[in-house]
Formats: sequence, C-alpha cells, structure tokens
Amino acid sequence: MIEDVKLISKKFAIENAHTLEVAQKHGAYTSIDKLFSLKPQEITQMVSDSGLRGKGGGGASAGEKWKLMPLGEDKPSFLVVNCDESEPGTFKDRAIITKDPHLLIEGIIATCYAIQAHHAYIYIRGEYKPFQDILQGAIDEAYEAGYLGENIFNKDYKLDITIHRGAGAYICGEKSALLESLEGKRGHPRLKPHQKECEWYFGNPTLVNNVETIASVPYILQNGSDAYRQYGTPQSPGTLLFALSGHVNRRGVYEAQFGIKMIDYINHYGGGIRGGKKLKAVIPGGASTTILTANEVMEARLDYESMRAMGSSLGTGGMIVMDEDTNMVEALKNLLEFYRHESCGQCTPCRDGSGWVDTIIGNLLKGKASMSDLEKTLAIANTMDGKTICVFAPALADVIRGFVTKFRSEFEAYIRKSKR
Amino acid sequence: MSFVFSNENLQTIESLKKRYPKPQALALPLLWMAHYQEGYISLDAIDAIALASMLPPMEVYRVATFYTMFHLAPIGKYHLQVCKTLSCKLCGKEDILTSIQELLKIEVGQTTPDNLFTLSQVECLGSCGTSPVVQINDTYYENLTPQSIVEIIKGLK
Repeated sequence: MIEDVKLISKKFAIENAHTLEVAQKHGAYTSIDKLFSLKPQEITQMVSDSGLRGKGGGGASAGEKWKLMPLGEDKPSFLVVNCDESEPGTFKDRAIITKDPHLLIEGIIATCYAIQAHHAYIYIRGEYKPFQDILQGAIDEAYEAGYLGENIFNKDYKLDITIHRGAGAYICGEKSALLESLEGKRGHPRLKPHQKECEWYFGNPTLVNNVETIASVPYILQNGSDAYRQYGTPQSPGTLLFALSGHVNRRGVYEAQFGIKMIDYINHYGGGIRGGKKLKAVIPGGASTTILTANEVMEARLDYESMRAMGSSLGTGGMIVMDEDTNMVEALKNLLEFYRHESCGQCTPCRDGSGWVDTIIGNLLKGKASMSDLEKTLAIANTMDGKTICVFAPALADVIRGFVTKFRSEFEAYIRKSKR
Repeated sequence: MSFVFSNENLQTIESLKKRYPKPQALALPLLWMAHYQEGYISLDAIDAIALASMLPPMEVYRVATFYTMFHLAPIGKYHLQVCKTLSCKLCGKEDILTSIQELLKIEVGQTTPDNLFTLSQVECLGSCGTSPVVQINDTYYENLTPQSIVEIIKGLK
C-alpha cells in the first residue's frame, strides 16, 4: 500500500488556498522567521544536504547549483523560476501556481535570500494566461502584506518578483533558451560552458530552477534536511508531483515519494487502466523520455537511478499511460509532429532530423515506406544524438529508438501491409 | 507610424522598464501588449515596439515570428486552439476536432466567413490530466465531449 506524503501538495485540496488569508491559516510563510535567523550559506548548505534535486526533468542537485552562485559580487544576482512547463504529459507546475501560489512565493523568498538576489523572474508559458492571473493575484497580495518589495517582513531585505510571459515555444523550457527569451530574443539555447558555472542573465549571475524545486524549499527550511531525507531513496530523496494522463481511470497530479513502484502508483492513484483494459506502455516522465513496455512497467521504480538503469529517465514524472488498443505508430507520429514543430532550428541535425523522421513515419502510415526507411529512422536518431547545442535532439533520438525498437513489429506490420 | 500604444499601456511600459536590467528584455511584454491592443501584430506595431525596447525593427520581427502565439495578420474574434499532442489524442481530441469542423464548416487554419472563429491545432497545452482541451483565446475548456464543445461555441456566437 502506498503511504500518502504531502510536502508540496499539502494545501491543494483546501478551497481558496490561493488567497493569502487561507494560505496563512494553513501555515504559509511560517518558514520565513527561521530564514532570516540563518546566513545565506547555511540555507544553501541545508538544501544541499537535503539532496533536493531539480524537479523540472533534469534531476541535478539543487544545492550544488546554488553553490555556483557567487556571493558578495558587485553585479546583481537573479533568480529565474522556470514555469514554462510544455513537456507533453506534464502539468504539475500549473497545480502549484493555481492551488498554492504562496508556497512558490515563500520558496522564492528563501531561495533569493540564499543566493542574495533581489529580483526574481517567473517565466511562464504564454498559454497559461489564466493561471498566470491567479499567480499574479497572489504576488500582489504578498506585496500588499509587505512580504515583497522594500524591507520584506520588516527586515533589511528588498525583493521583487516579476512574471514574464512566454509566447508559445517549447524550447524556452530549456534554461539557456529561457534566458535568451527573457532577454527579449528568440528562444535559442546557448552553448554550454566547459565547466560548471551559474547561468547568466544580461551578464549577471543567475540561478534557474523549476517551480516545484523552489516550492520544495520551504519544507526543507522549516523541517531540516533530515526530515526531507526520510522520504524517497538515498540518491533521490523526498517527493515529486508525479502525474498521470492517458488511459487511466483517475488522471491528475498526485504527490508521492521517490522509489515506489510505477505500477503501484498507476493502480493506487490512477485507479488502473480505463475500461478494464490491459496496459501496453507508459512514457514515464514527459514525452522526451524513453517509452517503457508493460513488462518493464511492472519492474520500474519511480526514482532517477532506477529509471536510468532501465534505459529511460524519470524526467518530469508526468506519465502518459497507453492501453492495449493504442496504435504505437500513430503515437510516435503524434510526438514527431510535436518535435518537428518545436525544434528551434538552430542545429541542422535537429531541425532536419526531426522533420525527416516525421516524414518517414508519415509515409509508413500511408503505406509508402520500406524496411530500409525504418532502419533510416534509427540512423537519423543516431545522427541527432549528442551533436547539437541542447538536449532536445538527443531526447528525440531516445523517443524514436524507444518506439521503433520496442514496438518494431507494429512498424513492420505497416510495411508488410503496404507491399501487398 | 499608425500604431500608437494606448495611454494605459504607455504607463505599464514605464513601470516595466524599472523591472528589467535592459529595455531589450521588454520585447515579449511589448509584443503581448500590441497583440491585445490590435488583435494581431502589425508591422507598424513592430516599429513602435522597436522604438520602446531599443531594438532594431528587424530583431523585433525575428522575435515575433519565432513564437507561435503571435499572429502577424488579423484572425477571427475567437481563436479555437485544439490541443493535438499525445495525452489529448489518447483521450479523443480527434472527435472534438471533427465536431468543431462540422459545426463551423471550416478546416484547420481557416477562419469562418463572419470572422468570428479561427480554428487551429496546437501542441501540448499542459492540460493532459483534463484532456481533451480547447483553448479559446485565453480561456481553457477542459474534459470536453463532442457535444459540450458545440454548446460552448454556440454560447459564444
């Protein structure tokens, strides 16, 4: 049986928890007193000790990332919160900003203090305008209450939060593309530095973290890093807002500890497969992770290391569940159209590769492809892998290889049918 | 230049300038303002944005064409954006699309002759748990059925 753990989703079921009044009745902003009694470095160390990992899909250690931020420089530091959430199958950040936006604001205050930033930007995807309005309402309330602005909480600390609205570009969820977009440019990912360093916004040191990562900070701050570590696994401590979509009975966002079995999660929270059908496959963490077959799902555990060992990745934890009737060729075609549309076009392997494979699979569906075309999709995937500026193309390569190798018979069936 | 930002927008621009290290960062906020003011982004608006954000007009144009939500030509009053990505597809977005097409007698990418409705298919709207979903202008309509979307559209007419 799965034990419910609610560190981030604690207030999700409470009505009107997006208003300051209700949120405060249920403990919002209580971690702030402790915050200002500690030094910034102590907060960073605490987050580092908690083992908190970036929850936007990458899973890198949050504390280690914070340590890359220089303290006491002349240049201003910035925090950028990534709320671009465009990964198909992922809708958890939306839950936070609509159901408990004050938790995010509380996390932003703590994070900004730890890296000594006085301005935070929340980069939100353009489509999320209705949810942006709720978040903006919460920010306005926080300004009025003196939790944001000059001398927050009557302390000698200034903090502003600005929501920056994107305009429909999946790639802006990639942190360097996001910063380019925030600088008023096209969302083209930047070349990576040869050693670890912080991000740069107009040449100023900047930390980019996902909404859920920042929203995890108040719990750690208040209860300590050991309290966070009592959940999850030693390498993947804590919880994640996993999500279910597709062919399950109860779709939605449900928080759970890392390390539980995927099939238990799907049955417990999702209520099993819709219509009593059999499970065929699950895309584990947003479209960009390698698909798992039903047999693999039985073995899979929801933590970064186990998923890696299975040849996939945990990603954002947004699972897309498919039942036995799903046509895998059509499913891949659907995703290929997505990637073809969303490739930013900077790197040739990605720009041309995404379109090329989409065309081939389109032809295959029309009965106009041969076995060598199918092989070609794998060859193109290999050409895309590791040869581009960002991880968009390697992720797509994994998607193609996953579908084509694990469900090869379905692809071949189309080819055989076309020969007749 | 025939496009001028409204007084309200001009005030917002002044307060926004204080929130960013450089005026170039205003490109997206200004594009959004122009988009809401005009319903689309005209070349004249691009010039006005360029002036306010201290960018060359060509650069603003480059940015405007990169992001799919900006329209560089007028569209219908209601923009029906049917999410087409996997979670919605698995949960019946095709029936929703057919239902809309039968009601409005238009194909994807077309606008009704009365300029009321433009039909588009868009990539994942982040509403996978409540799919199928159609975003009409800014509003999300979720957990749709082929019947409910017809009622919603009729309600808009």
